Amino acid sequence: MSVMGATTLVQTELFQQLLDSDEGELSTVCYRPEGLDRLVQQTKFSKKELQVLYRGFKNECPSGVVNEETFKNIYSQFFPQGDSSMYAHFLFEAFDTHNNGSVSFEDFVISLSIILRGSITDKLNWAFNLYDLNKDGCITREEMTDIMHSIYDMMGKYTYPSMKDSAPMDHVDSFFQKMDKNNDGVVTIEEFLETCQKDENIMQSMHMFDNVI
Amino acid sequence: MATGVAAWLPFARAAAIGWMPVANCPMPVAPRDNSKRQDELIILNVSGRRFQTWRTTLDRYPDTLLGSSEKDFFYNEETKEYFFDRDPDAFRSILNFYRTGKLHYPRHECISAYDEELTFFGIIPEIIGDCCYEEYKDRKRENLERLQDDQEENKDMKMPNMNFRETMWRAFENPHTSTMALVFYYVTGFFIAISVITNVVETVPCGSTANQKDMPCGERYTVAFFCMDTACVMIFTVEYLMRLFAAPSRYRFMRSVMSIIDVVAILPYYIGLVMTNNEDVSGAFVTLRVFRVFRIFKFSRHSQGLRILGYTLKSCASELGFLLFSLTMAIIIFATVMFYAEKGSSSSKFTSIPASFWYTIVTMTTLGYGDMVPKTIAGKIFGSICSLSGVLVIALPVPVIVSNFSRIYHQNQRADKRRAQKKARLARIRIAKSGSANAFLQSKRNGLLNELLELTGTEEDEQKLTKSTSLLESQHHHLLHCLEKTTAHEFVDEQMYEQNCLETALQTYPSRSPSISSHDSSVGTCCGRRVKRNTPLPNASTPSAHPIPTHQGPLQELSAIHIQCGDPPSHSTSRSNLNLKTDDSGRINCKGGRITTAIISLPTPPALTPDGDGLHGPPQRRPPPPPGHPAVPSIQTTTSSAGTNIVKVSAL
Repeated sequence: MSVMGATTLVQTELFQQLLDSDEGELSTVCYRPEGLDRLVQQTKFSKKELQVLYRGFKNECPSGVVNEETFKNIYSQFFPQGDSSMYAHFLFEAFDTHNNGSVSFEDFVISLSIILRGSITDKLNWAFNLYDLNKDGCITREEMTDIMHSIYDMMGKYTYPSMKDSAPMDHVDSFFQKMDKNNDGVVTIEEFLETCQKDENIMQSMHMFDNVI
Repeated sequence: MATGVAAWLPFARAAAIGWMPVANCPMPVAPRDNSKRQDELIILNVSGRRFQTWRTTLDRYPDTLLGSSEKDFFYNEETKEYFFDRDPDAFRSILNFYRTGKLHYPRHECISAYDEELTFFGIIPEIIGDCCYEEYKDRKRENLERLQDDQEENKDMKMPNMNFRETMWRAFENPHTSTMALVFYYVTGFFIAISVITNVVETVPCGSTANQKDMPCGERYTVAFFCMDTACVMIFTVEYLMRLFAAPSRYRFMRSVMSIIDVVAILPYYIGLVMTNNEDVSGAFVTLRVFRVFRIFKFSRHSQGLRILGYTLKSCASELGFLLFSLTMAIIIFATVMFYAEKGSSSSKFTSIPASFWYTIVTMTTLGYGDMVPKTIAGKIFGSICSLSGVLVIALPVPVIVSNFSRIYHQNQRADKRRAQKKARLARIRIAKSGSANAFLQSKRNGLLNELLELTGTEEDEQKLTKSTSLLESQHHHLLHCLEKTTAHEFVDEQMYEQNCLETALQTYPSRSPSISSHDSSVGTCCGRRVKRNTPLPNASTPSAHPIPTHQGPLQELSAIHIQCGDPPSHSTSRSNLNLKTDDSGRINCKGGRITTAIISLPTPPALTPDGDGLHGPPQRRPPPPPGHPAVPSIQTTTSSAGTNIVKVSAL
């Protein structure tokens, strides 16, 4: 039954199989995750949950890794009306902790564990990490604008009331107004955490993730 | 939501964390999954072969049978599995669809069987993966064509109430439908042949008479040839006019190729008639005679192969066009080259480029007449290149045309074969169907026997005669029986029916045969009264008079079935009535209807078939009993003197 539990795949292996490398044809990357037990330790998921997650993951991505294209593809199926590619890109950057252009199962499941099972602080940290595009520890206005645009793009054209072009900008302004306490034009992690923890709505919505899996 | 990505939904929901800090208003409440079902293994038992899969795998496609709650209908509580009574082999590809997200079409599978499986499991065929989609579509189209062909066969069936015009058209289109059509077909074919031969022979030089030069036969026996020509044209004209009259859509007929050929074939004659006086245009008149050769195309109505050839050429029009184009290009190129190569040579025949065309064509098609040959070395070199390339250029499009022809020809062969097989198939199917109808009649008789036996018989007799019928059969027969009762008619088989027809025909003669009189009255009577007659239908075989012992014991006759509507039967199936010799005239006084009695004489199982009589009256019933139930005895009509024997029973 526990296919993965029994197999203790030792180390993470990343090996490339180049088929017909002369013609530059397919190169399949096979990636195997660490053993189930280690993943159980690293994340807050139970064995069964990890099994379910891996099965779904492996089915969709038989090669064991997700690349950005797939990410975008999957996300676009959930948001058919708008253009979710930018947001998917930012997500991918956030999931891809090792910055190697692909998201393995471990990256995937570790991030998921933080988002779904982590403490509020962890979640907020993760969200901050998502917004901080260049990972320099603070969110600038430009970064926030990009994020905001990407979110609004997912809505698409057909909204009610119809989308004004300035809507994202206004939203960015209000965000900064709320978050940027010292008005220095950037939002640091401390400001972010502080403001969020004081905000009832945000706290409330963080609990939404409790039952996703 | 798109199917197949249901597995990623948790991820998508998790990714919403990026919106939370940005949102200004509170989020709606998330739905709770109350079932909290762990992912479990589901067992799918398909005709004994067990497949197992995770529940979430099946849940990926919620609008199919397996993904929705529809599968609960197939759940077997005792074995805790889902049982499907379908083909396990086809199920494999369906289950793989859930697993991999791609539906494949197994090539060895019959297309309609596969389609049915897909429909059953609620999967639309359009999601077949690209790897298999083309194959699937091809086979489906092929199958559809085949079925369409079969349907078109039915159009050949003679429809009732066809007026004269339609009959004529049908006769023209399918000569095999009637003898007249066949005669017409052969006559026209003969005359076409005659006409063509005449045209040919006309030009042959017949021996000279006094003149020195040979005259072609046409000029020697002008009158004879003229008469022959006239006769043929007469026939063709008549034929054309008749077709025009019979055509359902005259305009379309006139535009069709065959009719144009017809017109072109006979027009020269008429034009010739009109123009004989004018000498100036006699030259043109002669040219017109060329068109007489088009009569040979009229043969394409008679030959299917010709039609196929014509159709092939039409469908290969693009290939032919390509062939022509490439040939023209090559001809021009080589002609130019040859011309310039041979320009130097003194007595060369290559006087101009168009003059070189002839050489090029003859060389490329490897004819090589030799009337024009290059003399210079350069010319010879280019000439040989020309002939080599000619072979290639011609050889390329030809296989395409050939394969097209082969495909169409085989399709036609298949169609013919199917047509031939169809008749045999239908006949066999009809026999099989008749089996079931006969089973009903059979069981009716047995039922009567059983009733009788219950009244009087011994156990062993009863068992001997009871034929065990399955529950299904007995329910079916009950249903038919109910119908009989409703309509106050009875089922009989074809033989009975025909005999009854015959008898009613005989009715007109005033013989006092009870049967006949029964017919008389039965006409127009609505309700059947039981006519109890002692009918001696002993051994069904011969109608020879078999003096019926009126009643040889209770078991011998039984009026079994009587349909009544309205008047309650004055007799019941009881022994006492068996001997009832009824006076026919009195009896048959019902309003309309049928007298129906089935008389069964015991000793001969299978019992007598109820004779059908009185086929007048509303015959409404169902599939006329099929021909020849082997056990059906022929009609027993024994007429003996003065009303002692009745013969039959009319069942409808």
